[in-house]
Amino acid sequence: MFKYMNPRRFYYAVGRKKFFEFILLAIFILFFYGPLMNMLLLAFSNKYEVPAVIAQEWGFKWWDYVFSQKSLVSSIVQSFIVAIATTFISMIFCIPAAYSIARFKYPGRKIFMLSFLLTNAFPKIGIYTSIAVLFYKYGLMGTYPGVIIIHMINSMMFMVWLPSSAFRAVHRQQEEAARDVGAGPIRTFFKVTMPMAMPGISVATLYTFLGSMEEAQGTMLVGMGKIQTMPVAMYGIVLDSSAVQIGAVFAIILIIPSAVLIFLMRRYIGPEAIAGGFKMK
Amino acid sequence: MNDKARKVKLQIADMAKKYPNGDGVEHINLDIYEGEIVTLLGPSGCGKTTILRAVGGFHDITGGDMLIDGKSIKDLPPEKRPTAMVFQSYNLWPHMTIYENLAYGLKLRKTPKSEIDASIKDVLNLVSMPGVEKKFPSQLSGGQQQRIAIARSLLLKPSLLLLDEPFSALDAKIRQQMREELKKIQSDLGITVVFVTHDQEEAMALSHRIVVMNKGKIEQVGSPTEIYDEPANRYVASFIGEMNFIDMDNKTIAVRPENLSVDPEAKGDLKGEVRTIMILGHYVQVTVQHGDNVLKCFVDREISEKLSVGAKVSLEIGKHVTFDKE
Repeated sequence: MFKYMNPRRFYYAVGRKKFFEFILLAIFILFFYGPLMNMLLLAFSNKYEVPAVIAQEWGFKWWDYVFSQKSLVSSIVQSFIVAIATTFISMIFCIPAAYSIARFKYPGRKIFMLSFLLTNAFPKIGIYTSIAVLFYKYGLMGTYPGVIIIHMINSMMFMVWLPSSAFRAVHRQQEEAARDVGAGPIRTFFKVTMPMAMPGISVATLYTFLGSMEEAQGTMLVGMGKIQTMPVAMYGIVLDSSAVQIGAVFAIILIIPSAVLIFLMRRYIGPEAIAGGFKMK
Repeated sequence: MNDKARKVKLQIADMAKKYPNGDGVEHINLDIYEGEIVTLLGPSGCGKTTILRAVGGFHDITGGDMLIDGKSIKDLPPEKRPTAMVFQSYNLWPHMTIYENLAYGLKLRKTPKSEIDASIKDVLNLVSMPGVEKKFPSQLSGGQQQRIAIARSLLLKPSLLLLDEPFSALDAKIRQQMREELKKIQSDLGITVVFVTHDQEEAMALSHRIVVMNKGKIEQVGSPTEIYDEPANRYVASFIGEMNFIDMDNKTIAVRPENLSVDPEAKGDLKGEVRTIMILGHYVQVTVQHGDNVLKCFVDREISEKLSVGAKVSLEIGKHVTFDKE
């Protein structure tokens, strides 16, 4: 049996192209899943010392530890509050903007669309610093609204561009047909346009939620330690080298909502959906 | 037809719709009577769809008025107009089943469910597609989708049914079948239909009256026979069917190929030479060179057997129309 695993034999059996593809894939998998596997191993081991390949002792010791620490539990709660609020509020602001870009031709439309890119084009830390000046003035430092505004700045580009391309894909006749059978403009939007654009909107929502879950830089700056989301708490953990396993547990808690959401929306997430969102017209 | 005795359903009075770039239609005057199918026919860009969309409420008009049953509709949004429109494509909402598509308008009108169910069943029988209630639009063919779109419009019992090239995306055979069905449904229900097409054959087959349009203007309004036999001007004559134009003195004679007979013995005045002979089934198409013109004639098989390419013949003009030379 091992005879057939000889690389030379394998090389000639599948051909040169396939062979190198296989090697490339193997390396990719190692790089991609290696750290993930290591993280899983760390999270579920009670005792692990570096030279070993697998843990010396398996268990949930670190999970118990995380959930017994008040500050860590509260960071999980705060993370979810901020992420859910960011998602909903940016939906309220960005979906009408996306619709206007998709449907109406007005002067400055392209500039309006590009302006969402600008927030992502400048060094973030510069933007945060200048925002902090304003936030001090309005008393938003260290508050939920302040952190949510920071998160929204990051998500706006996704939240406007992706739904906008989804709205553009809805044919005008389909909206007109709804008007024709007796629906007013608002009813037409909620019953026809929006449901048809739902795949694009849900992908954007997903990115916003996940982006908010992992945002650390701005939260740390504007949250001033009063708002501590999971990624912020993570900084403290990483600095304390004895607690890498807490980091692993946290990482898994962060992964769970993303994994669940990606699984639920797997049909809509694809290169086409994302590429479609960045088409300028 | 005695137009005066019939009730005017839609009156378009000096209507204008100008686009910012200067295109559009103006001075459109048209009366459409109850229970007739009127076709707006013309090449693309002639303004036929603009008129239809203005009647449906999808364009604000820039002048004149439109009245249905004597009441002005020009300020009403589409949802308040007593019209129903079927578009060229993308009529149905893909996220709803056929039942939901059909029921939507009725639900907005607060029709009781039992009544909705019964009328959907009836209308699906009418368009000969019973039992598709639970399917989604993407599971139907293009022709079936258009039938459902027509059914949805009929369900709302519109005063006026507007059809914007509804069959142009379908292939030829289905198109013909749909035409026949539409004509049957129209005569069964006695509804008034305004139909837009660029296909003259479709217009001839369907309509009670045809409105021939060109460059934003109405060129002629008449029954298919009138339009074919007595075209009002050279444009209509050349747009509908095949037509030969013969210049004589300062007049132009327009004659259909079937009204131009060929004399193999060349006794007539209009002399020419046979260029091609082509059998097209039960008749033969013969082209004859007359001066600089090539004239087309449809002749019987019998006569064609006496003809050969290059032979000298004479032509005799039968039924024809005369225009002033342009």
